[in-house]
Amino acid sequence: MMVSNDDAALVVERIGPQALVEDSGRFGVRHLGVTQGGALDWVSLGWANWLLGNAPGTAGVEIAIGGFALKAEASMTLAIAGGDLGATLDGAPLPPNGAFAIERGQTLAFAQPVAGLRAYLALPGGVVAAPFMGSVATVAREQLGGLDGRGSALAGGDRLLAAGTCAAPREMPMAPALPREDVALELVTGAQIGHFEGASLFATFNSPWQVDTRADRMGVRLTGPELRCQLGGMISEGIPLGAVQVPPDGQPIILLNDRQTIGGYPRLGALSPLACAALAQCAPGTTLTLSPITPHQARRRYLATLAQWR
Amino acid sequence: MSDAQIRVSEAPVIRLETVGMDALMVRLFDAIDEAHMPWILAADRALREGFGEDLVDLVPSYTTLLVNYDVERLDQREASACIRDALIGLRPASTAAGREHRIPVWYDESVGPELPRIAERLGVSCEEIIRRHSERDYCAFALGFTPGYAFMGMIEEALATPRLKTPRQKVAAGSVGIAERQTAIYSMRSPGGWNLLGRTAVKLFDRERDDISLFRPGDRIRFEPITRDVFIEQGGDTTPLEERG
Repeated sequence: MMVSNDDAALVVERIGPQALVEDSGRFGVRHLGVTQGGALDWVSLGWANWLLGNAPGTAGVEIAIGGFALKAEASMTLAIAGGDLGATLDGAPLPPNGAFAIERGQTLAFAQPVAGLRAYLALPGGVVAAPFMGSVATVAREQLGGLDGRGSALAGGDRLLAAGTCAAPREMPMAPALPREDVALELVTGAQIGHFEGASLFATFNSPWQVDTRADRMGVRLTGPELRCQLGGMISEGIPLGAVQVPPDGQPIILLNDRQTIGGYPRLGALSPLACAALAQCAPGTTLTLSPITPHQARRRYLATLAQWR
Repeated sequence: MSDAQIRVSEAPVIRLETVGMDALMVRLFDAIDEAHMPWILAADRALREGFGEDLVDLVPSYTTLLVNYDVERLDQREASACIRDALIGLRPASTAAGREHRIPVWYDESVGPELPRIAERLGVSCEEIIRRHSERDYCAFALGFTPGYAFMGMIEEALATPRLKTPRQKVAAGSVGIAERQTAIYSMRSPGGWNLLGRTAVKLFDRERDDISLFRPGDRIRFEPITRDVFIEQGGDTTPLEERG
């Protein structure tokens, strides 16, 4: 077991719209009504951890939109990855993806989105927090996870402790692609797609979709052509990550990590995990398209992503 | 609660559907019926055993089981084969597979504002509604909405009531409600649109307890009317609801 010491604290000075302790999420618990949780852009959390030699799903901080700042009480190595939120170290710009040394007394601050929406901060060995059901993922609605174990978001004065040390940080092998415009998200088509009208299916894959302002960690609503499905109300059933459900108003909702475990709207299918990560970086108003992919192709790309971190 | 009361439906035709990169839906039935639960429970056990370590999550519901498998170890063809193998010769589980619970409930207008409204609609007393809600065993079809929240049924047809048009912003933990022919207990304070009849002091989701979630799919539940004094003795919170329905 890793031993932490109080000297290695990072003190949160201010939080922006949302800063949460997140890891890869809770698994094996959804039959109890407990959601998955975890980093929305799991690829960026994976890279931030990889830079420090941590396992990809190690607990870090998910910073949405910016406005977050912390001060180091001790010198250590940190890493950030994901959205470019204008990170600075004592006012000097930092690259959005990379490891860096922070000295005692220095301040790491995030301003506002330059590209993408969420940045991930990794600490050596991860953020110290007590896991519940195998995870420290913060889910406010369920009062689970986070530093206090009660689902609280990070707040000013919180102390982040590193679970380990990092002797030799790595360098990013390439700049990760961030969605900017014309984002194409891959959708694994599901069995219920056959119940949608032909014109709606054509529209699904040939029309631009806008990310709505109604977007959070539970789901992201898209606006565009109205999709019609012959299935009315369905009996509730388990919902996979990335499920693209279409309520009666015909506007799809993509269900993400904090989704409810069961639900009863017809679904076109589910975004691939890589597409879910990309969607987490899309601000409201972003235009995107959906493209069909088979489970086999989606799996191959998913495994290739994991292989980069071995 | 005896096994003799349990109906078991005919053997289902098992259908597999693609729902995502790492998930398959096992569809057994097309309608809600308590008589299906022995099959759902049996399939749940068989799939857990069949997949072993390769299972990430298994979410049983009224008519289906969502199988979320480990794609680092299985591709979809292998996962499908694993499901088919696990379900060959499936037999319905005995009801002993689900646990039995007795849940004490303080039925009262102050914590269950729809109790008198439903009584009025049926032209009967509140006591009559309480008796009819608490005289039968319910089956937990599925857990969801919030951790430990179980969708249970079926309540008697005459008591069926549609959800509130405008859900309440805050419903207290332990609130007992009905919607259509189902009944449930709010497992934590949350928004909610079910018609409330009363409140229990029993904690449905308790991280300090070995069984963190009191209920599991397939469990059988009966409500037991108690007085306000007993409710308070059991640690119940008598604070009236902040909002009326």
